[in-house]
Amino acid sequence: MSVPEMDWVPVWLTMQLAGVTVVVLLLVGTPLAWWLAFTTSRFRTLVEAVVALPLVLPPTVLGFYLLVALGPHGLVGGPWKQLTGSPLSFTFTGLVIASTFYSLPFVVQPLHGAFESVGTKPLEAAWTLGASRFDAFLSVAAPMATRGFLSAVVLGFAHTLGEFGVVLMVGGNVPGVTKVLSIAIYDHVEVLEYTQAHVLSVFLLTFSFLILTIVYAINRRLPVHVS
Amino acid sequence: MLVANVSGFLIILFFQTFLDAAAAEGVRVAVATNFLATAKEIITHFEQDTAHVAVVSSGSSGKLYVQIKNGAPFDVFFSADVDRPALLEEEGFAVRGSRFTYAVGRLTLWSAAPDLIDKDGKAVLSDGTFERLALANPKTAPYGTAAQTTLQALGLWGHVKDRVVQGENIGQTFQFVFSTNAELGFVALSQVLDGKINGAGSRWDVPEGLHDPLRQQAVLLLNGQGNDAARAFLSYVKGPKAVNVIQRFGYGVE
Repeated sequence: MSVPEMDWVPVWLTMQLAGVTVVVLLLVGTPLAWWLAFTTSRFRTLVEAVVALPLVLPPTVLGFYLLVALGPHGLVGGPWKQLTGSPLSFTFTGLVIASTFYSLPFVVQPLHGAFESVGTKPLEAAWTLGASRFDAFLSVAAPMATRGFLSAVVLGFAHTLGEFGVVLMVGGNVPGVTKVLSIAIYDHVEVLEYTQAHVLSVFLLTFSFLILTIVYAINRRLPVHVS
Repeated sequence: MLVANVSGFLIILFFQTFLDAAAAEGVRVAVATNFLATAKEIITHFEQDTAHVAVVSSGSSGKLYVQIKNGAPFDVFFSADVDRPALLEEEGFAVRGSRFTYAVGRLTLWSAAPDLIDKDGKAVLSDGTFERLALANPKTAPYGTAAQTTLQALGLWGHVKDRVVQGENIGQTFQFVFSTNAELGFVALSQVLDGKINGAGSRWDVPEGLHDPLRQQAVLLLNGQGNDAARAFLSYVKGPKAVNVIQRFGYGVE
């Protein structure tokens, strides 16, 4: 079998997308998970339900609303275009926004669980010793929730790697910008380039399997902090 | 009471099934997205004029072709090109000699904005300040190939290449332009002449000499070989009523 000409750009692009998305999700998801874990607000249930929505909705619902919202006259795309002068749909930034919604529960839920098991007692102890709230979070709560952070990062990353339906609807298949791995595989299958489709699929399969195995292995070895 | 209701329901169900089977045979139609609206209108007439029923599925010709090769339950296939029906015939998935050209597609450069595209079309492509130009994937969709050939013939491919976004099929391409996510795009004239759009916006109908003719062929699939409804539908499409609909949607016929 001759070696077909492979295009590896989608692989690199997908890694970038998953990486950036995870960073954004940690920044957004950590305070959100923290709030969910400790708030007594009656809106908590509603917010929890909203966070979990991407788990049950088909990607077409998210894709449809994003297409409308990110467009040059859309709720988000309109102001964005006025601010930056460039549109949001069919761009890498647009995909990051899409992926942030799409993978939100995969980051927030593990963190939420971890923060809940840490509880407020260690924090109260830190406060009485004079630590500021932020310091107490960074040096007490966050290390105790390491497992939660690890699961959040890996699941958020892996789930973004596997994103397909949403990108198909809002991506526009632009090479190097929005043509991610799953779309590239879909394209290869459509034009009967099965060898290329196999190469990329095996890569994705192996990669996903490896990172999940590594995480579960590390997770077992982590000391259990939680009482 | 409840028993009576249930048995009544069962009786109706029984006769319904019996009647359906006696009166009408179904044809499962796979149709390239650009022809979907036209096919639906033809099917409405077909179902009124004959006792048959037709169920339609749409997608890009490339995807339907792969699905048919992998056992998709379709009786007839209306492709957006000549190659795929011919391949199916060669590969033994379609009935030999049943292939015919049912329409010749017209490509148009369309924008939802009423004043964006001038009569000549070339000006907006070369000087326009648009951000996004949508076309169907040239690798999988014939209208995409025609769009790329047109841009190359105009010497503008290099000029617009970086602003191109690709729809997975002509339906999604149209959707990109309709939702104004792309300011303009190469779509099928049939989509713009469809009742929901009715020719709104601005457009430039691409002269047919700029790309290979978009001959669209249909073929009877092996699944439909012994199906009267399938054969009836194919001959209905060649008839005057259907041809009238096809032309009204901006297609040529041979």
